[in-house]
Amino acid sequence: MAAKFDLTDNGLVVIVGSGAGGGTLGHELARKGIKTVILEAGPRYEMEDFVNDEWESFAQLAWTDMRTTSGNWRVARDFPNLPAWIVKAVGGTTVHWAGASLRFQEHEFKTKTVYGSVKGANLLDWPLTLAELEPYYAQAEDKMGVTRTHGIAGLPGNNNFKVFQAGAKKLGYQEVHTGHMAINSEQRDDRGACQQIGFCFQGCKSGAKWSTLIAEIPKGEETGNLEVRPQSHVIKIEHNAAGKVTGVVYVDKDGAVQRQKARAVAVAGNSIETPRLLLNSATSKFPNGLANSSGQVGKNYMRHVTGSVYGIFERPVHMYRGTTMAGIMRDEARHDPSRGFVGGYEFETLSLGLPFMAAFLNPGGWGRGFTTALEAYENMAGMWIVGEDMPQEKNRVTLDPTAKDKMAMPVASVHFDDHPNDVAMRAHAWRQGQAIYKAVGATKTMSTPPYPSTHNLGTCRMSEKPRDGVVNKFGQTHDIPNLFISDGSQFTTGGAENPTLTIVTLAIRQADNLADMMTKKVV
Amino acid sequence: MRVSKPAGGVSRRSFVKSSSASLILTATAVIHPIEAWGLEAKGLAPAAVQTLIQASRDIYPHDRLADRFYALAVKDFDTKTAADPKLKALFEEGVAKLDAAARAAHGVPYVQVGWEEERVALLKRIETTPFFKTLRSGLVTGLYNQKELWPLFGYEGSSADKGGYIDRGFDDLTWL
Repeated sequence: MAAKFDLTDNGLVVIVGSGAGGGTLGHELARKGIKTVILEAGPRYEMEDFVNDEWESFAQLAWTDMRTTSGNWRVARDFPNLPAWIVKAVGGTTVHWAGASLRFQEHEFKTKTVYGSVKGANLLDWPLTLAELEPYYAQAEDKMGVTRTHGIAGLPGNNNFKVFQAGAKKLGYQEVHTGHMAINSEQRDDRGACQQIGFCFQGCKSGAKWSTLIAEIPKGEETGNLEVRPQSHVIKIEHNAAGKVTGVVYVDKDGAVQRQKARAVAVAGNSIETPRLLLNSATSKFPNGLANSSGQVGKNYMRHVTGSVYGIFERPVHMYRGTTMAGIMRDEARHDPSRGFVGGYEFETLSLGLPFMAAFLNPGGWGRGFTTALEAYENMAGMWIVGEDMPQEKNRVTLDPTAKDKMAMPVASVHFDDHPNDVAMRAHAWRQGQAIYKAVGATKTMSTPPYPSTHNLGTCRMSEKPRDGVVNKFGQTHDIPNLFISDGSQFTTGGAENPTLTIVTLAIRQADNLADMMTKKVV
Repeated sequence: MRVSKPAGGVSRRSFVKSSSASLILTATAVIHPIEAWGLEAKGLAPAAVQTLIQASRDIYPHDRLADRFYALAVKDFDTKTAADPKLKALFEEGVAKLDAAARAAHGVPYVQVGWEEERVALLKRIETTPFFKTLRSGLVTGLYNQKELWPLFGYEGSSADKGGYIDRGFDDLTWL
């Protein structure tokens, strides 16, 4: 039975955001007996509310609050107010994600040491190692039901995967399979089995795909220690004269301003909203925003090297039938500078429906070249690139100087320039992707540019030394002991892997440590 | 879309041969006699609606698609212009300039320019204008988000209500 806590209860842990980080942290704290409130900006939809219609679903779920952009990335030109495709609803972006659950590789935690100095890149080693995270990765994989772990069978391959697998194998690639997916191939943990619906991005209507909405939050609520308040948009975090946070200010579903007291605050609003909140919480004591003595809040924004390759074949593929992303090739994820760049990338199968294909195949494109490609939709196969992009200090989230939201708060502005390493990696990936499809008879291949970012990372990064980042190895901010970051903003580097598994892993570990700190009364 | 018959009492009627099909204009509507549909122009003049239908097809040419799909997309714009004077002005000026350019280059208004290539060349010249950008970006959803159009591209639409694809061919590819 879900809890209901008082606004004046200053013994609570208050979590901002209910996604992979916030939702998991909420459940883990609640089951340890710690009273927790999650404040989620968006509404609460359940599985029945999801729609198998791309644009209708986008209108329902996507974060479309005003944001501005700048920099040489194409997203700023094609989608100037939509830098990211993430979710504003209970469950956060775990409602939308495709389920790909990969562990970081060992060297990706120490890129400064392993890659060395890369000009223009703000590389830094994480203050933790893969070995330290391994027990938590295992817990996360069990919690999420990741295929090919814990004895869980892989998902069956759909048509899109068959084409991808055949092409990759023809080129001699070795590690090709239907992925490590947080999608039940069979019934498990009270969740159904995958029905190959093919609308993973629009919210899973079978419950097979793990999300904090259907897994973590209900379990947390059952303990009686977790309350989730939807349509509660946090606009400021408050602190006392001693510099400790005392609570948050939020706007509720009726537009009224509320103040929730807190013993500790964990921010998990995804990597654009989280630094925005810290910056918007500036006071005379903290004129540059909270937890920002390093000046790194909002900086080192990463979005992964992404892009897609689509191939057109002589015969139908119907790539949209079935799971959107259950297919992977991992050979290129290794670090191998002989290819002309540091870091690596994964290839994952991907499909878009016709409506989204028209929007994203070649944003701004028109004429016969475009329509000829689109007419071959039935015969298309598709893949997506996920690669390690270089953290750059100048890639950052700041407060827009003029634009304000409905609550009169400055909106987030996202600046991004590609690093030469990113460009080289993407070019390599496009070439290899095209080669994969050509190897099995594609008559035409097309490279598409990055979509509005679904992976957003690094803006409150972990660091050993306070001057290099915002949080320590437990996501505790260097400056304020009872202020934590719990989402992908913590990532010191992006790795070549989809971030959700690592976010969940860090949240489980953060819960252990936060509970310990609370027992010892240091928080 | 209502089928609208040209009735007695209409003050003006003109037969205009467009490059794609014969559309008939009345004082208030655009009619396709062969496909048997009519589109009542709410915000813009019928001649402007007709020009937009042709321009839409030239921006996103699909020879297998009947005019009615493009007309439905233009109907979206027309309805919006009825409520938004700025948008109405944008479209009216855009169409007027397009026609002027067509007359200058070919001596006829846009819809009468014979070859698609020539019409596309005229569009390319206005590619960066707010009018073109508004039209093109509106068509991405106005045209391609029509459910009736999807099966023509082999897209099957909503799936959960049909039990997903687990029994409907998610892995039925046999040509590899």
